Amino acid sequence: MTRILPLLLLILTALAAAQTVEQEQQPIPAEPEIAEASAEEVLDIPPGDISPLAGVDLTAPGDITVMDHPDDSGDRLIVSFSPGSEAEYADLFAAYIIYRRPAGGSDEEWTNVGVMPVGEGTQFVDGYDPDFPVNIGESYEYRVSALYLDETEVMGEPVIAQEVASGQWFHQGKVRVLVACLIFLGLIFYFFSRARMGATMYLRPIAGIEAIDEAIGRATEMGKPILYVPGLSDISDVATIASLTILGRVARKVAEYQTSLIVPNRDPIVYTVAEEAVKQAYLEAGRPDSYDPNSVFFLTQSQFAFVAGVNGIMMREKPATNFYLGMFWAESLILAETGSLSGAIQIAGTDAVTQLPFFITTCDYTLIGEELYAASAYLSREPMQMGSIKGLDSCKAILMVFITAGALMSIMDLLAGTQTLSWLKNIVTTQIVD
Amino acid sequence: MKRTVPLMIVLVGGVLMIIQYFIPHRISQDIFDNYTIWVPIIGAFALALGVGSLTRLHGHKVRNKAPNWPYSLAVLLPIYLMPIFAFFVPVSFGGGMDEPGFYHFAFMHIQVPIQSTMFSILAFYIASAAFRAFRAKSVLATILLLTAVIVMMGQVPIGELLGSWFPKLGLWIIDFPNNAAKRAIGLGVGFGILATQLKIIFGVERNWLGGAGE
Repeated sequence: MTRILPLLLLILTALAAAQTVEQEQQPIPAEPEIAEASAEEVLDIPPGDISPLAGVDLTAPGDITVMDHPDDSGDRLIVSFSPGSEAEYADLFAAYIIYRRPAGGSDEEWTNVGVMPVGEGTQFVDGYDPDFPVNIGESYEYRVSALYLDETEVMGEPVIAQEVASGQWFHQGKVRVLVACLIFLGLIFYFFSRARMGATMYLRPIAGIEAIDEAIGRATEMGKPILYVPGLSDISDVATIASLTILGRVARKVAEYQTSLIVPNRDPIVYTVAEEAVKQAYLEAGRPDSYDPNSVFFLTQSQFAFVAGVNGIMMREKPATNFYLGMFWAESLILAETGSLSGAIQIAGTDAVTQLPFFITTCDYTLIGEELYAASAYLSREPMQMGSIKGLDSCKAILMVFITAGALMSIMDLLAGTQTLSWLKNIVTTQIVD
Repeated sequence: MKRTVPLMIVLVGGVLMIIQYFIPHRISQDIFDNYTIWVPIIGAFALALGVGSLTRLHGHKVRNKAPNWPYSLAVLLPIYLMPIFAFFVPVSFGGGMDEPGFYHFAFMHIQVPIQSTMFSILAFYIASAAFRAFRAKSVLATILLLTAVIVMMGQVPIGELLGSWFPKLGLWIIDFPNNAAKRAIGLGVGFGILATQLKIIFGVERNWLGGAGE
């Protein structure tokens, strides 16, 4: 039966392919013509009548000021202007059109660099459109026109830009990020140095990590393999790197216990790193001969094809223990539920908040968020690794103080109708500019 | 040497990436672009290694007539046939660029429906997982069950018919208690990512180096 199924699939594929060859190409129906509404129709002017703007002396937008865009690489300019007669004839106004040419250029060099429909204000950021880039240090000339619904365009006077575009060497909006980074770095290095000096550090036990040994032991006793899925993301994802470090520790124990390991990978770079990590773990355990080169393999880059492949492995090989550590998306529940049906003990860990409920429901143990990143330190018990966890906890404590203080002050202000220490509240409530 | 060179690359690259985040200048952006352009290049080479690994694994199974070996054949044949059809027979056998070829057919009428089928299984698994999660075995599980009922009823029209407070309460649960928990996890994750990156940049965490790590 197992031999017939794939052959049947191939035959069906070939038959279906032949069918498509025979199919005649269906003629593409002609697109219905869309009649464009004329300005008279939009304005509800009877055909042949003249526009209500005819003979009106319209004023063009003016007072153009051009400034360099702050905190950029030098590829944007801010064009501001004051409106003309648009406020008076707001019902008939359509959009502002911004023109640009190199300073002192000819009339043919005017380029339409942007259109601002009605209601979008009187400030335009030039340089967003990659078709019309702004060059660093180049002087430009701008003019703004007002376009009305009857296609009347009132052209403003050209103005030479007061400033040229220039790149900045520091992003002013990221001062708070820098300060926070420095505090965090300082704390991390402080705890690194304490760890080096031999300070004892206590880490609260995490059930999911404590269960890893037990899960490997169970697989050894049952004589069944262990399945380890290092997530579906690529190597640039920190969750994947955290997963690979845990894989090394798990593989070492697997090698010591002489159990078989299956590591399917979705990303080819992750596959190469995982292969090296497992190979090294067997070497460290003193059992390089036990390493099976087929235990770590690349499966496919397609998300659901990968799920189908891993589910197939679960149902055929019946692993005693499944590890899902790393980044997961919609496939998390399909993997974990199939693993649960196969009767395996399951340990999951991810920083994807949306997938955590699925893992918590279907797995025996789940490493929630940061626990995934702490797992490596827990498993290795190296002082430097422990120091990083302590530094991380200290940063969280500082943040908790800020959040609690902000919340308390907000409640007090709300009750008393006052505004005390708003600068402190803004530290945690104002969005950081990216 | 085998260990020092990768560690130096990571240290220099990591510190550069941290610094460039605060510098919006074009020079900084160019350094960032030139550094990150290596990722897809390495990925392309690694893909060949990945396909080689898959071929070795399944080729071994087919050669040794291992259990379920026909499945391995079903993996290997499309892997090599699809590129052949894509490169050498890009149009249909009947001729003409307008008619879709076998590659297009196989992708649109075999792979896409199979993937959709896999995705649709999720609906059934969500139902079974929800059944398992919402069994009121303890006080906490009962609270979870009640919360879930309120949130779900608040999302459907019948909830509003039963009481206008249903959608309001459902939204309040999503916006406040649920959001607070999500942000708490998010903060922890953010710090965890930062700590892991620093450990890698400064060489405290070396397991990712594989054989060169020790």
